[in-house]
Amino acid sequence: MALLEIKNLGIEFRGLRALSGFNFALDQGELVGLIGPNGAGKTTVFNIVTGVYRPTAGDVLLDGKSIAGMKPFRVNRRGIARTFQNIRLFGGLSVLDNVLIGFNQSVAHGFLGTLVRSRRQQMEERLHEEEAIELLRTFDLVDRLHDSARTLAYGPQRRLEIARALATRPKVLMLDEPAAGMNPQEKMDLMELIGAVRRKFNVGIWLIEHDMKLVMSVCQRMTVLDHGETISVGTPQQVQDDPKVIEAYLGKAEV
Amino acid sequence: MDQAASATMLHRGEVPAWAVNLGVGIVIAALIPVSISFDKYIDNYVLDVLIRIGVAIILAVSLNLINGITGQFSLGHAGFMALGAYTGGVLLKHYQHQIHGALLPPVFIGVTILGGLVAAIAGLIVGIPTLRLRGDYLAIATLGFGEIITVVLNQIESIGKFEVGGSAGLHNIPHVTNFFWTYAWVVICVVVIARLVYSAKGKPFFAVREDEIAAAAMGIDTTYYKVAAFVIGAFFAGVAGVLSATLSGNLDPGDFNFVKSIVIVVMVVLGGSGSITGSVLAAILLTYLPEQLRAFEDWRLVIYALLLIVMMLVRPEGLLGNRELWWKRKTAMV
Ligand SMILES: Nc1ncnc2c1ncn2[C@@H]1O[C@H](COP(=O)(O)OP(=O)(O)OP(=O)(O)O)[C@@H](O)[C@H]1O
Ligand SMILES: [Mg+2]
Repeated sequence: MALLEIKNLGIEFRGLRALSGFNFALDQGELVGLIGPNGAGKTTVFNIVTGVYRPTAGDVLLDGKSIAGMKPFRVNRRGIARTFQNIRLFGGLSVLDNVLIGFNQSVAHGFLGTLVRSRRQQMEERLHEEEAIELLRTFDLVDRLHDSARTLAYGPQRRLEIARALATRPKVLMLDEPAAGMNPQEKMDLMELIGAVRRKFNVGIWLIEHDMKLVMSVCQRMTVLDHGETISVGTPQQVQDDPKVIEAYLGKAEV
Repeated sequence: MDQAASATMLHRGEVPAWAVNLGVGIVIAALIPVSISFDKYIDNYVLDVLIRIGVAIILAVSLNLINGITGQFSLGHAGFMALGAYTGGVLLKHYQHQIHGALLPPVFIGVTILGGLVAAIAGLIVGIPTLRLRGDYLAIATLGFGEIITVVLNQIESIGKFEVGGSAGLHNIPHVTNFFWTYAWVVICVVVIARLVYSAKGKPFFAVREDEIAAAAMGIDTTYYKVAAFVIGAFFAGVAGVLSATLSGNLDPGDFNFVKSIVIVVMVVLGGSGSITGSVLAAILLTYLPEQLRAFEDWRLVIYALLLIVMMLVRPEGLLGNRELWWKRKTAMV
């Protein structure tokens, strides 16, 4: 049984079929890609899995239990964290607070402890701060701790969003075009970072990316979507050689 | 050099929690002799203004939790205040001959808390269905709630043997509150809300304001936090209601119409949405200034409005933006 298993998933928006017959499996520690041209339905898959949309067909299983149609906050508590294609940080809050908020479910003390600032509450907060700083060090953001998130440049914002997602201690990390808008050097560094995260946190990572070369270099397997249909599945090499992919994706990209 | 080698460095120079707790206790205790001497030596009018400033602080800070910190738009704060005011006013008037002497302080504490609880329950009832609404729609729904309270209070002459007063209002409520009761609640309200939102458990309030979708994706039950903001905010508004009812001794349903709600919203906006100390400052300013402008009675509202317009042009984020007066950063702890 895979960690994350998706069976025959489909969704219609007012009669328009945006996704159909989607199957997928992800195991702990894997790094798998999801690619496809604009409007293929990639973000839609992420939105269904994270509870933003309710599927009209199929099922999503985490650890063998269905999570389809659950509210987004419950899906996260089950162990799935994500980032957004159009970055969604807590812009007015500090870099540190963004990550600390990710730890919200690990807070064990109650409201009373908070009001009197009990020893236990303080110790717990210190522990989370320690952990948050460690996380931000990994993401090379430690010298921006007190800056508000919206003052960061594009690249650091994307990194912060990943750090914040990891703070919720996920089993599955879903990244929606984390390299979008970055320059080639930043992209290379990010991919290296994502690889390191996979090893260090032992999470399963599912990655949407437009840049074929980039995904091919890091992913073990990938799925190719076009118009809501899965047109190819396999290793980067297999996918790359698939005539359907060349036609639907690479073909267009070359124009 | 590394800006923060460890979490310990984040808290350098911070006053330890036990010392702050002790300080809060001492401040509340010290209010007793201060209040006694104020009663003796200070002009009644001045004392009255001071107490109304305290009530305004409680109202502004508690609304800030809902509007500024959690990012909802409530226009119904006067409605919650009215529920507290009438709960306290009706009960204290009815039982005024039974409670006096040593019995008064504990009963007054109980009644104040009860007034807060009645408002909090209303906050829960209003909160759950209306929090599906956003922005303008929520504003209109809460405005409607406030107006309904006013209309209903206008209609009720009495409940059983308890006099409520209807449109004629409720008069001769015992003047129980004083400087001590008011400012003890000011301290409690500010400390509770500040500690709550600047803690690990309370940070999600801000997250809901910043981005609800992202907050949910981080495992935050956004509905829970929104309802919690309404319930806690309403509680303190109810407390402020009891305090103000027992200050003037008179209650009129019209005191709690939408104008009152808007005045509180203006305090929050002027002080800086999200800044607790900003709300405190604005509450002081917007209660004290109109008093000073009493001489120019006819021009009072014009000056008041001009002040707001200038403020919105020069500093649209409010006096303090969303910073606190004495903290360098938002993670600082009370
Ligand atoms: N809430 C919605 N209502 C109606 N249609 C939607 C909705 N969300 C997505 N769609 C449609 O579903 C299709 C897939 O969109 P999606 O955002 O998943 O594409 P994508 O593969 O992520 O594309 P991109 O690479 O541009 O991000 C599009 O045609 C889009 O218009
Ligand atoms: Mg997309």
